[in-house]
Amino acid sequence: MNLWLLLTVNSITLGGLLFLLSAGFSLIFGLMRIPNLTHGSFFMLGAYFGASLVAWFGVDFWLAAAIAALLVAALGGVLERFVLRRLAGQEQAQVLVTLGVSFMIADLCLMEWSGDPMTVEAPAALQGAAHFLGLTFPAYRLAIILVALAIAALLWALIDRTRLGAMIRAGVDDPQMARICGIRISYLFTLVFCLGAGLAGFAGMMGSPILSVYPGLDADMLPLALVVVILGGTGSLLGSLLGSFVVGFLYNFGQALLPELAYFVLFLPMVIILVIRPQGLFGRRAP
Amino acid sequence: MTALAIRRLDKSFGGLRVARGIDLAVETGERRLIIGPNGAGKTTLFNLIAGELKPDGGTVALFGADITALPARRRAHLGLARTYQIITLFPKDTLLHNLLLSLLGRAPLRWNPVARLAAQAALQQEARQRLMDIGLAHLADRPLSQTSYGERRRVEIAMALAQKPRVLLLDEPFAGLSLDERRDVQALLAAVPRDVTMVMIEHDMDVALDFADRISVMHLGEVVVEGARAAVVADPRTREIYLGE
Amino acid sequence: MRRIALALALAVLLAVPLWAGGSFYVNIVSQILIAAIFALGLDVLVGYAGLISLGHAGLFGVAAYGVAVMLGAGFGHLAAIAAALALCVATTALFAVLALRTTGIGFIMITLALGQLLWGLAYRWIDLTQGDNGISAASRPAPLGLSLASADGFYYATLAVFLAVLLALAVLAASPFGASLKGTRDQPRRMTALGFDVWTIRFLAFLLSGLCSGIAGVLFFYYNEFISPQALALSASAEALLMVIAGGSGTLLGPIAGAALVVAMKSVASAYIARWNFTLGAIFVLIVLFMPEGLVPGSRRLARWVWAARKGRRNPAAAESGG
Repeated sequence: MNLWLLLTVNSITLGGLLFLLSAGFSLIFGLMRIPNLTHGSFFMLGAYFGASLVAWFGVDFWLAAAIAALLVAALGGVLERFVLRRLAGQEQAQVLVTLGVSFMIADLCLMEWSGDPMTVEAPAALQGAAHFLGLTFPAYRLAIILVALAIAALLWALIDRTRLGAMIRAGVDDPQMARICGIRISYLFTLVFCLGAGLAGFAGMMGSPILSVYPGLDADMLPLALVVVILGGTGSLLGSLLGSFVVGFLYNFGQALLPELAYFVLFLPMVIILVIRPQGLFGRRAP
Repeated sequence: MTALAIRRLDKSFGGLRVARGIDLAVETGERRLIIGPNGAGKTTLFNLIAGELKPDGGTVALFGADITALPARRRAHLGLARTYQIITLFPKDTLLHNLLLSLLGRAPLRWNPVARLAAQAALQQEARQRLMDIGLAHLADRPLSQTSYGERRRVEIAMALAQKPRVLLLDEPFAGLSLDERRDVQALLAAVPRDVTMVMIEHDMDVALDFADRISVMHLGEVVVEGARAAVVADPRTREIYLGE
Repeated sequence: MRRIALALALAVLLAVPLWAGGSFYVNIVSQILIAAIFALGLDVLVGYAGLISLGHAGLFGVAAYGVAVMLGAGFGHLAAIAAALALCVATTALFAVLALRTTGIGFIMITLALGQLLWGLAYRWIDLTQGDNGISAASRPAPLGLSLASADGFYYATLAVFLAVLLALAVLAASPFGASLKGTRDQPRRMTALGFDVWTIRFLAFLLSGLCSGIAGVLFFYYNEFISPQALALSASAEALLMVIAGGSGTLLGPIAGAALVVAMKSVASAYIARWNFTLGAIFVLIVLFMPEGLVPGSRRLARWVWAARKGRRNPAAAESGG
């Protein structure tokens, strides 16, 4: 398989993972204006939980991913309900607390799982190659793309087609107005935070066969999620989707073609977008 | 000389036209009242005059000079001052400090990073004097958050006056005030020298009518009725606008 | 009362090599002072201007690498330091022009991105920075012939710089410009209406904070006699921010207290507490929950409450009459 094709597939795969990670961040930030700097930790925790379920209890890969997502979602709910809710509107406090929690999680992970990276094998059915359109691809990477798209479709259906989604959209557009219309904003917040955290955890497990799980994974993934959200615009699912793929491509092609300027290639577009159009490509309100 | 001349001022937010070709001319020393139902575009007009909003078309002139393209902070230097519907002062700072800031706004001293602010005798003296003028000198060292709403409104007006404005814009200065507080503010405004031009948005008709020389009635983004106080009050269109078509 | 406390503190600081108990501890205090300079500089932006930056480690690193590269190219210490600080301020100016397009969360994210940009350069531009291997220093400077090779010698140099920075910022805080800056933090719209040039005020504050970061970076390089990309990582920017917020933003003592807390945890407590990172994170969370304004203002509030309670108990009548 030639280099360009491989790079392209890897880019789309990374894009899929990033979408799962940043969709949650975008919703959380779009709805609640919370810069959730714990989001990278959610990703890493999901990976550790899932990897442990597989390695220690022989749980099926997909089941482990689902359980890991639920565990992280629950953790997210606790964080939102008991800590973040008390700090509404206090930017500095939110930054301090989400960073503090990320320190705590990172250290606990180090304690529990030590510093050695954990590798997780892709589900047996997806190891090996798949044939598609006359070309050969690594099957698991293809699966990630499909799963990400499926979840994107589900999320879109949720946001665009359900009452809950309408409430979320209303909350993103105008929280005060939404409250006045009788929407139980506090329940909505907790729900969205759980959803975002759970997605991040799920993404962590999904990504583990490719990225593996190691201390520092959280700090590696968080900036990428931020770039996606900046590029795509906060609170916009379409923005997160497109932004994820753009970042996936920038990251992989950047590493391959311009290794010395890899991070430049990644962050420069983010800076440019922030400067020209602070609300991102599809965002509604400027940050 | 016309203190404030607005010609064909246009502003839209997406599909919503908030200013439709507004024409307004206020003479030096005049007390102009702007009234109109909610949503008429009165505060938007103030924001356009002050430079916080950029118009889509039209001009704003201050004593003959076109200020349409001038940034808001420069307009303060040219003699424009305003108060806001919602009081946005500095709650954690003392009344004295609030007033000091209004005095610093146009002073070259504001860039000085080495002098001691507390040691600027002339500035401190003027700030205290202005607090004395509004009868709040005894609260000079109290944080603004520990004062009443009426006191804060008076501080806000004092701060606007401390800018030595030639044109003063007042956005609903009497809103939310008790009867006594209203009388205090009324007295404060009545004492403003005649060389200062004042334009006021107000809903409270009792006090506002007392204040006005001329009245402009706005509706849906344009000035519909304008003239001397008695004429406007008697005009049937004014009643129509307020009581519905 | 305050004069006495200040004089006492100064005396304690001057005597550190005498009471600290060995060069290991003297070095810890040096580290605290360097971190404090960094935190104080960041506080100019976070506490006084109200703009949260997650990219200041990048500016710190630009100065540190600036010295390293200049020394490697054969320049003397003075030239290297001057060039490094100039480069740092120029980079800060660029940061500022880009970042000041937004405020609030946008500002946080753009400064994060810019910091990451610089980290990426340090990590990947191997020809210039040796990448992960870092750059070492052959020697420390010897100002006026005094050697800084020893822990004590370096400590006094650091102390002198720290005191100079602290004094400068104290003067700034009490100045008209300082009042203007704090005004833009609280009510930028009102400040504009009063005639202040909010953008330029913020820009100048940014430059000052960048310069302080650069000074800290230079000291850091000479202290470790080494610089690596790790110093510009997101975690370094985050740590500095935490020092400011946890200690108490917008105060002079706050960043110093925050710096002492973080450095003490990392260097000293880490020997006794295995999970010091966790503990540090937990301390931050507790601070947010119980003293959201920071350790220093929070402690003052606590002290006032205790004082008032004791006064009340001794003289209930006075307390009730609203003393």
